[in-house]
This record gives sequence, structure tokens and C-alpha cells, in this order.
Amino acid sequence: MSQIIDRRLNGKNKSAVNRTRFIHRFKNQIKRAVADAINGRSITDIEHGENVRIPSKDISEPVFHHGHGGVREQIHPGNREFVTGDRVPRPDGKGGKGRGNKASNQGDGEDEFVFELSRDEFLEFFFEDLELPDLIKTELAKLESEKIVRAGYTVSGVPSNINVVRSLRGALSRRIALQSPLRKKLHEKEEDLERLLLRLGEYEPAVVELKREIETLKRRINSVPFIDEFDLRYNNRIRQRSPTTQAVMFCIMDVSGSMDQEKKDIAKRFFMLLYLFLTRTYDKIELVFIRHHTIALEVDEQDFFYSRETGGTVVSSALDLMHQIIAERYPSNLWNIYAAQASDGDNWNDDSPICRDILMEKVMPLVRYFAYIEITADVHQNLWHEYLSVKKRFASFAMQRIESISDIYPVFRKLFQKQAA
Amino acid sequence: MKRQPIATSSEWTFELIKRYDDEIGRIAASYGLDTYPNQIEVISAEQMMDAYSSVGMPVGYNHWSFGKAFLSTEKHYRRGLMGLAYEIVINSNPCIAYLMEENTLTMQALVIAHACYGHNSFFKNNYLFQTWTNADAIIDYLLFAKNYVRHCEERYGQEAVEFTLDSCHALMNYGVDRYKRPMRLSLAKEQARQAEREEYLQFQVNELWRKTIPIAAKDTAESGAERFPPEPQENLLYFVEKNAPLLEPWQREIVRIVRKIAQYFYPQRQTQVMNEGWATFWHYTLLNRLYDEGLVNDGFIIEFLQSHTNVVFQPPFDHPGYSGINPYALGFAMMTDIRRMCENPTDEDKRWFPNLVNTDWVKTLDFAMRNFKDESFIAQYLSPKVIRDLKLFSVLDDDSKRELEITAIHDDSGYQAIRQMLSNQYNLGNREPNIQVYNVNRRGDRSLTLRYYQHSRRPLGDSTEEVLKHLGRLWGFSVRLETEFEDGKVELTHELNVEH
Repeated sequence: MSQIIDRRLNGKNKSAVNRTRFIHRFKNQIKRAVADAINGRSITDIEHGENVRIPSKDISEPVFHHGHGGVREQIHPGNREFVTGDRVPRPDGKGGKGRGNKASNQGDGEDEFVFELSRDEFLEFFFEDLELPDLIKTELAKLESEKIVRAGYTVSGVPSNINVVRSLRGALSRRIALQSPLRKKLHEKEEDLERLLLRLGEYEPAVVELKREIETLKRRINSVPFIDEFDLRYNNRIRQRSPTTQAVMFCIMDVSGSMDQEKKDIAKRFFMLLYLFLTRTYDKIELVFIRHHTIALEVDEQDFFYSRETGGTVVSSALDLMHQIIAERYPSNLWNIYAAQASDGDNWNDDSPICRDILMEKVMPLVRYFAYIEITADVHQNLWHEYLSVKKRFASFAMQRIESISDIYPVFRKLFQKQAA
Repeated sequence: MKRQPIATSSEWTFELIKRYDDEIGRIAASYGLDTYPNQIEVISAEQMMDAYSSVGMPVGYNHWSFGKAFLSTEKHYRRGLMGLAYEIVINSNPCIAYLMEENTLTMQALVIAHACYGHNSFFKNNYLFQTWTNADAIIDYLLFAKNYVRHCEERYGQEAVEFTLDSCHALMNYGVDRYKRPMRLSLAKEQARQAEREEYLQFQVNELWRKTIPIAAKDTAESGAERFPPEPQENLLYFVEKNAPLLEPWQREIVRIVRKIAQYFYPQRQTQVMNEGWATFWHYTLLNRLYDEGLVNDGFIIEFLQSHTNVVFQPPFDHPGYSGINPYALGFAMMTDIRRMCENPTDEDKRWFPNLVNTDWVKTLDFAMRNFKDESFIAQYLSPKVIRDLKLFSVLDDDSKRELEITAIHDDSGYQAIRQMLSNQYNLGNREPNIQVYNVNRRGDRSLTLRYYQHSRRPLGDSTEEVLKHLGRLWGFSVRLETEFEDGKVELTHELNVEH
């Protein structure tokens, strides 16, 4: 009566559509959650998806139900000490249906709905509506590299590339093709011989003749080689040119005494956002960290964000170093160059015009985009004013002011907003 | 005579599943279990999650709420918070049961006994399922629903369909007829009638509203001597489907689909204890028979007993894992107890259940399975022994008093009260607020008035406003909700104004 069916090979993603719909439906809530989630990450740590939490009440499915209060009588199991007529204090919590009613207080709170987004979905949300300025003008695929890809089989090659299965398959079919007419003949002759032997003796000339023919046939069959030069097939690999996109991102930060840890954190988020965005466009991104006070230094990420320095501020030193590094390692015809600079706006007064000049003459012509953020609640200082004139000349230069952590995301969006085509 | 066990390893194969199914089926038949043919489907854990989140519908229309269920299932499963159910079984003919590939052979046998013979025979023979559901047609109907919804999405846009479904889902529990007998479903008829119905319904609705052109509100305030509907109606979705003035024909069809599906699941909600109790009782009985016949070895039966014990565990009320009465535990205890009372009655049983004593337990259980739902089953069969074993007691929570009162415990004077109370607790009518369509203002603002019949001073929950918004979306005009208190006083408690 019963029928047993193996359904394991049927598609397993029956729920994919519904999942997508859920995400689509609660886009705004998820976007907010994604923005929150980014705060806890290192710049390059975007290789995995993210748990997203959104408030349960936003996505609840309401139904009519009784509220708390009124009179209710309920049956519970496991009585030990109560007798009829006992009065017991109402347990904590609303309404109360006996103790132990609020079972799971471990793990996720009831009021948050937690689920996982894949990395792509996560980034998709992050970068929605955002686009690099003048993306069309920048020829993204500048550099081409060669990749070796498989391309079927060939009849010549080096022994290490022999494809055994293909070669033997070829040999087998060749053997069948060459041998089978002979075998057929052999078969016929053997039958003839048997018939002859019924009538004639072993040494009759006809029999001897037939035997000789059979021998010849057998020899011919055996002489078909098992494998021949001719059968060999080699894996064919060809070189394919494929465009690669690579970018280098310069992170420049002021680490003078006036930049406290909080400001550095803000800067870090900003760099992180830029990095995340670049990973959407480029396969390969190199990061260069330059920190500066009165002199500039190239450092690794750890040092960049966490080591403390004191002293005055000379911004131009960093710009000089950047220019130098570009010249040495990142020719601008091979690399898409981006730069993000964070500072609290302090600079040695006489240095600011120098910065402007370095930017205008040396740096800006080489880079695709230069973003400057000033993390301060004070009035703008002279560096800002000098940079304003850079902004006027270069559309690829952007500057913004950030006061607190909560400003970062909107600022970032503003910097990279899609430009009306 | 000891026979050779069917298998000694815990790895399952299709041949072994077949063997087990044959043997279990043979024993089930010897007890007279009457089942639909079984369709046993082996699926992977991912597929189980899919099945899970579509609330047990093998074919479902698409909606974000299923996606939400899926995400939360997936999350819990990945984090190891939750094992997946061992089985899902669908009330259809043939009866579809899912086995998960991760299960051991013992678990597969357990699931076969539980689902393919326990639940299956319950689906086929319980009066509620016979009355309300049509196992032959459900898969076809679900398929029709899925295609219809998709068709609507293509034509009217995904968003519009989704909003309509949202609203229907909010009212799903109020989309069932509790007393009327439903029409049989059939795919061919359904499709043929659908177009016809669409036209006809729209025509009717138009008629109704054309005769009732709105006039100034003050003239009509209390002029409604004849209410519409003349009697309050409990099936809100049905009322909306037939009477909502502004719904498009396709929206009416969607309301109908949700209503039909709600109706299909309604018996399952009413027979949780019985259904699980019945299936648990039978997997326990059938597998023990396999053991007695020597067809399974000690390792098998110990693994089985361990899972079985977990399933029927009832944590006491002060246990951190307590979340109400476990239907498996209560149902299994009651089914087992009925058998005990038939075979080995005590004096107490003779006083309480003179009808059961010394009857054939197979027949008695079969009768109980066919003719009851949770509420009546408990009222009829809950014995003092089960009350004592589970140590049931009742707590009165009156928000006007400072303390809770223990009104009955498992003693002579309490049995009757506990039985009655537990039976009430399983009455769906008591669980859900009693809300019905009371009136439609046909001459004035076309508003719809619901009435909540309050009992025990229990107020409505905080999502009421949200549900009214959904109802308002379907109805298209203002929606009001009055509460009728126990003293007969009526008060307007919720109001949702829809502007035009």
C-alpha cells in the first residue's frame, strides 16, 4: 500500500521566494539594522554575512487575542504543595498563569527577530542607491591579465596533460572499428570449419586451407594495437585575457594629540565604508595607511588606528608621502586610486596653502576620488577653507563635516550619491 | 519463536524502510487501523525547513510571512536551539509523510508508526476531519490557490496581492464556519465556478450598494431597525467575501482561498491532544509489538524508548521549560489509561467509567478516536488516575484580587472540577475572543460594526487596532468594534475611520 519516494533531489530552496519577499517587505528595517551592524567591524572584515536584528513588533502579524486581565482559571501540571483554597502571591509578570510561564529568557529576547543575511545581501543593502561618481568616465577595466582556462581536448601536447579517459575511449573505439569486421569473418570461418570437420578428416586440403585462413585472421586481429599514438588526447588549455580591476585606497589620518580615540573611531568607520564600497567595484584592492602628525609614516592597520602619538600637525607631509608612494608603486595608468582623509581640521596655519597646492597640482590629477572628512564640532579652520578651493576645481574632490558617530552614514551616502545621469 | 531482527545497524536504506513499513502496516491492520494509502517521502533537512515554514502545506502560495517563518526556523536550527520535527504529515489522500534523511533507522520506524499509521488513521476516521476536510482534493486545491495567487500577482502587482493576503491572514482564525458544513472541494469544479462566481458576486454586491446611496449621517444614526446581517455572523472572512463593497473580484477570491485553508486546518487545531495522543499511543503499541515478535533488537527498542520518553515528558509548572500542557503527554496518558480501564479496571474506574470496564479496548479506543474532539474527549474520558499522575491543579487568576487562588487539586473533590476546566481550556471558542459581525450601516457611512462578547472581564489584546486596520482595508470603509459586557451593556471600544 505504501509508496516510498526519494525527494532529496528535488529542489531544496522552495522557501527562497518567500525569503526574498520577506526581505523586500522589510527593507527599511533591515537597512537600518545593517547600518547598525557595520559599527562592530574591522575595515577588511566583510567576508561574511551578518546577523540582522529587527524589532519583532515591526514585523508582527496581528490577530485578535485576549489581553491580560479579567478572570481566568487554568489547569497546570505538577502540583506538589498546594491544596484547595490556597492563596499564592501573583508571580511577576503580567496576568500570570502560574509560575515558570516565561520560559525562555536565554538567547534572543522575544522582542527581536534575528536572522542571517548573506554577504551579498548585506552589502547590497549597504550600497543601495550609492554609486561612485563619474563611474562611466573611469575606465574600470584598465588592466588585463591572462587566465588559463580549459578548452576541450587536443591531439598534441605534453605527456602530463594526457587525458586518460578520453585516450582510452578513443583506443577502444578504434579497436572495435578495426577488429569487428575481422572478428565477423573469423566467426564465419570457424563455423565453416566445424561444419567441414563433420564431413572431412583433419588433413583434407580444404580443412587445412581453412585453418590457415583462420590463423591469419587471428593474427590480424591481434596485431591491432591496444593503444596507438593516434588515440592520445590531451587536455587543452588556452590563455584567456580577462580584464581585472584593481584599486588602491589611501587612508590618511591625523594622529596628533587632538585626535582622540572617539574621533579615530569615527574615521575608521568612514574608511570602512569607502573600502566596502570599493570591494563592490574592484576585484583587488590594496590599502595604504598613512598617519601623520608633523611627519607622515606608512603603517599597518593596527598601528594606524590604535597607536598614540602626540605633537603638532602638518598635513602636507602626508600628502607628499602619498604622492611619493603613488609614484613608486601605483602608476595611475594601472591602478584606480582613491583616497580618504580624516582629520579634526587642525593644521599648522602656514601649511594649509601648501596642502592645497599639492592636492591641486600633484595628487588630484592622479586620483579618481578624494574624500575629506573633518571630525569636529568647532568652527572650520583654515584647512577647510583651502580645501574648498580644491573642491571648486575638481568634481572628484568631496568634503564633509562629521560631528558624531551617527553622522557617518548619511555623510557617506551624500559623498557617493548616485548622480543623475 | 524468536525471529531474526529486520536490521541491526542504525543506518537506514530504502529496502529497510520498506520492510519496516510492511511489518508495521501488518500489525496496524491486525489492530484494525483504517488508513489512507501512505506516500512516504524522504527529504533533507533543508527541505524539512521548507516544509516547516509553509505551515505544513505541501504546496503553498508565496507570501513574506512564510519567509519569516523560514528565516526563524533556519536560524534556530543552525544555532542548535531546536531539533527539527522528526516528521510532518499531511492530511491528504494518499497521506503524505516526510521522513528526514538525518534520522536513524529507529527514528524512521518511529515516524512511520506515528505518522503513517497513527495520524493517518486519525485523519481518515475522526468525525471532524470527515466533516470539514476533503483529503482527496486538498493538494489540488492548494495548487489552484498557488496558481491563482501567482496569476493575480502578475496581473495586479505583487504588492496589492500581498496587502490583501496580509489582511486575510490577520483574520484567518475568524474565517471558519464553526457549525455549518462546508462544501466539498474539487479542483475542476473550483476552476469552472471561479469565473462564474466572480461575476455573480460582483453583481450582487453592486446591487446591494446601489440601492443604498449614502445620505447625511445624522438622519441615519439610529434608524437601523433592520440590521444587516439580521443575525450576528461569526465568519468574518466569509462576510467580507460576500459583502465588502469595494473589493475587486480577484480580492474576493483570495479572501476565499485563505478562508478555505483556514477551514482545512480548523480540525487540526481542535484535536491536538487527541491526534497526538492517538499517534503516540499507536507508535508505542506498534513498535512494542515489533519487539515482542523479535523483529527489532534491544538497541532499537532502547533508542525508541528514549525518544518516546522525551516526547511525552510533561515538565511541571515550576520547571524552567514549562510552557503549558504538552498535548503528547496528556493525549498519550489518556489513551493508555482508556486501554488500562478496559483491561484492568480498579474499583474507582468502575464507579467513574462503568461503560468502559471490561470492553474490548481496541473497539473502545476506536470509538473515542472517531467521535470526539479535544474538548469533548477530555470531558468524557479524563480519569482520576490521569489527573493524579499528572498532578493537575487549577489556578484562578482574578485581576481584582491580590492573590491567585488554587481552586481544585488532584483529590476526590477536585476531579470533576479539573476535568470540566481542562475541557473548557481546549474549547477554541474560549481561547479566542468571541468577535462577530454585528451590523453594517447601509444607509450612512457604510461602516462595519463588530461586536466582542466579553466573558470573565477579559479585555482584548493590544493588537486589536492593527487587526481592525486590516479589516478596514478589506472592507473599504470605517470599522468599529463594540464590546458587549456580561451585564448586557454595550460600549464602542475600538474605532477605525477610513477616509474617502
